Amino acid sequence: MKWETIVGLEVHVELSTKSKIFCACTTAFGGAPNTHVCPVCAGMPGALPTLNRSVVACALRVGVTLGCAITRYSKFDRKNYFYPDLPKAYQISQLYAPICRDGHLDIVAAGRKKTIGIREIHMEEDAGKLIHDPGSGNTFMDYNRCGVPLLEIVTTPDFRDADEVLAFLDLLRETLLYLDVSDGKMQEGSLRADVNLSVRPEGGALGIRTEMKNLNSFKAIARAIAFESARQIKVLKLGGVVTQETRRWDDDAGVSLGMRSKEDAQDYRYFPEPDLLPIVIDDPWLREIKDGIPELAQQKRRRYIDELGLSEPHAAAITAHKNIAGLFESVSKKSGQPLEAANLITGAIMHMLNQSGTLPENLLIDADKLSFLILLVAEGKINRSAYKEAVEAVFLHNVDPEAYVTERGLLMISDGHLIAETVRDVLAQNQSAAADYHAGRTKAFGFLMGQAMRRGGRSCDPDTVKKALTEALQRWVPIG
Amino acid sequence: MAMAKATQRDADTDALSLSAAIASGQARVADVVGAALDAIAQKDKQYNAFLSVGNEAAMARAREVQASIDAGRAPSPLAGVPIAIKDNISTAGAQTTCASKMLGGYTPVFNATVVDKLEKAGLVVVGKLNMDEFAMGGSSETGVNGPVRNPWDVSRVAGGSSGGSAAAVAAGEVPLALGADTGGSIRQPCAFCGVVGIKPTYGAVSRYGLIAYASSLDQIGPIAQNIDDCAALLSIISGPDKRDSTCIIDKPFPFTEIHPEHLDGVRIGRPRNYFGGALEAGTRRAVLSASEVFRAAGADVSDFEMPMMDDMVSAYYIIACAEASSNLSRYDGLKYGYRSDNATTLSEVYRLTRSEGFGMEVKRRIMLGSFVLSSGYYDAYYKKALQVRALLKNVYNDLFSRFDMILSPVAPTTAYRIGENVDDPMTMYMGDIYTVPVNLAGLPAVSLPCGFDDKGLPVGFQLIGNAFSEPALIGAARVYQDLSRGWVGP
Repeated sequence: MKWETIVGLEVHVELSTKSKIFCACTTAFGGAPNTHVCPVCAGMPGALPTLNRSVVACALRVGVTLGCAITRYSKFDRKNYFYPDLPKAYQISQLYAPICRDGHLDIVAAGRKKTIGIREIHMEEDAGKLIHDPGSGNTFMDYNRCGVPLLEIVTTPDFRDADEVLAFLDLLRETLLYLDVSDGKMQEGSLRADVNLSVRPEGGALGIRTEMKNLNSFKAIARAIAFESARQIKVLKLGGVVTQETRRWDDDAGVSLGMRSKEDAQDYRYFPEPDLLPIVIDDPWLREIKDGIPELAQQKRRRYIDELGLSEPHAAAITAHKNIAGLFESVSKKSGQPLEAANLITGAIMHMLNQSGTLPENLLIDADKLSFLILLVAEGKINRSAYKEAVEAVFLHNVDPEAYVTERGLLMISDGHLIAETVRDVLAQNQSAAADYHAGRTKAFGFLMGQAMRRGGRSCDPDTVKKALTEALQRWVPIG
Repeated sequence: MAMAKATQRDADTDALSLSAAIASGQARVADVVGAALDAIAQKDKQYNAFLSVGNEAAMARAREVQASIDAGRAPSPLAGVPIAIKDNISTAGAQTTCASKMLGGYTPVFNATVVDKLEKAGLVVVGKLNMDEFAMGGSSETGVNGPVRNPWDVSRVAGGSSGGSAAAVAAGEVPLALGADTGGSIRQPCAFCGVVGIKPTYGAVSRYGLIAYASSLDQIGPIAQNIDDCAALLSIISGPDKRDSTCIIDKPFPFTEIHPEHLDGVRIGRPRNYFGGALEAGTRRAVLSASEVFRAAGADVSDFEMPMMDDMVSAYYIIACAEASSNLSRYDGLKYGYRSDNATTLSEVYRLTRSEGFGMEVKRRIMLGSFVLSSGYYDAYYKKALQVRALLKNVYNDLFSRFDMILSPVAPTTAYRIGENVDDPMTMYMGDIYTVPVNLAGLPAVSLPCGFDDKGLPVGFQLIGNAFSEPALIGAARVYQDLSRGWVGP
């Protein structure tokens, strides 16, 4: 019998707003414990939440991009449960009227296109962190993360394997970065995915699903899907029943372990949050959001190939991060040389990024300076080795490229008389080589060319030298 | 027609008279505040209205306020007047316990917005007032420090949950107090103690720093000897607050000293069915006679049938307890307040702390609220209560197209004996029947004294208006006050 795996995702995205969702505290990652807190996010008695509207704007940007229906009269609800990382003992979330519903994201996995449904997107606050001290056996509470805004993006169960899941997460992450709503860092928990998975005989009725948590990397997600799918198939093959439960992925051991079953599932006693007014999204706000959606990676790739003539690998490499794409676009525009800009960025610049271990989000390089150098080389004012050297100096030391090439004597000598004189001298001093050339031994040309370049220095334009040498040899007659 | 002759306000003890004396230099802030502190020290053993008194802080503050008055800066019409505050309103650096063991020793790090406003207006906070534990009750008997005693008869309750606020004013300990009203908690103790209170429109006064019982119903309001003092205090505490998004008022209510001369053309509705059934005869008589005063002042008083009367108390307790069950979850022994010494595991910290830290009535309401929100019961209880609430708002919209105000009793009885109803929650809850609809609909109401029953206990009535109609209610109350006897203390 052939088995089919059915997967749906709940993706938590930490938004990169400056302040928290219901107070003015910073959302910065890290910080000494309990230094990014105030009475509101610490849940002190009497403190009240007030909504940070930029969180709503982020949710709308994502919802519009994913083709969702926008809830014009959206509300918050309270999700009640006791845990030390939740100082109010309830999380402000959305159950009854989430901000976005019914969208989709089109992915390509294993060469095939597929549409993944988005069931809903809702806004909520993050909880704090517990820090266990193994030495003392004590547990400490750090509320810095309390109130950091989250989007929960819930898909329909459209995935059939890990490849599709990873393709979705990759594209979603890229989209979030381009929309400037999240840094998408899995290692810092900015992007977290829970996997809902069931198996069934191909074409059969849906099976009972489990929910897996604690998936901290793409690799862990792929492994967890493979493991859990195999585990459920084994249970069913042996005539057993899959238990509906929450399971925790243990990445070190490579296994998922039962955490709690449906029977002891918590009753969250959701009800409308009375401390916040409903969020009314009117036409002007929605129009402003729609107008502010930037060109996304996929659209950029298409445009770079179709309009700018870039190769597919170059277009893909450049759009892998919006900062790289941004750099490409300004260099390309300023220099008017998109192909050269693409060569430069996918070549020297990316090489240096890798060498220096700089992340694309931290890339700081002056597009004007790169454009200036591209124009110099295009106009034949510097040669390629000088160009490479100057680009490196701009990347590493942010030098002024004009001063750099001048002071280092990298500007081409394009003075025809000077080059003709040099060629004449070279031929005068290498009579035998010139004779060899005339006798049909063309190898001699290379030797003469080398001599001329050496004498002229590295600022000589090889093309000009070559031309001058060819002409001189044609006119050459042996002396005496 | 039982219309009493108009009398003058007691020129010595009401807030506006005190502030006038201070402003004219006839009295010093320190003397006025000192007198209040002395009165509390002398009398409060009898009434138990205060949970804490800040003698030194109050005297220091009195000197500061005096200095700014001396410098020609009187920050408000109530500058220099002492005030006491219900203990569920946060005061930075001063204990705020909600009369609960659970918040024993809890000292907020921030002021409620209303407290900031009082300080800015130059009032002097002298202490924190007793109440029902977490404002859950109508008798101020459930607090950890014992019951508040009614200044008219110390064997009787002061009403609740703002019983300490009403008793402190009635006893002449302070001229002004802040209470909070979730289901009648300002109006009913005012009626029991013979003082004046205003339950403002929901969204007129910031709730920031008010320790929540039921967030969609709670509203802070003033209590005083007369309507003028209440109006002056309301103008200070009302107004928008960017820290409370439900505080939707656009600017504070204005304060004027002007009293309307008559109520010609004002339409007052009287819910006929509020005057039968459980309403005691003495209360009925006094409230009806108050309505005759309005008629004499020119108002058009007519009767109507209030719909849905039997559903009000149920809807109120479902919604209030549901919100309370969530609001009070944060008291888990981990961060502040009480923590059980007997707990060794996390679940024991939760279970024992909450079992030992909360009193019986609070536990009853948390359990009721948790039940009505639980899966499988939400639709049958909580959702239905929300529907009743929505219908009630329509009822009031209709009523306020026919009437400018509604006049009704505040409570079915006058103050009962301490202990009389403590084991009978249903009787207690039914005592809220006339007050809870106002909270469910978010409307303003003033509670005014209107004489005494056969036992010599004060009776109160309420005047209910449409949302944000406080100025009109205050105007009508002023006319009534001028036509009836003025402030009478026990």
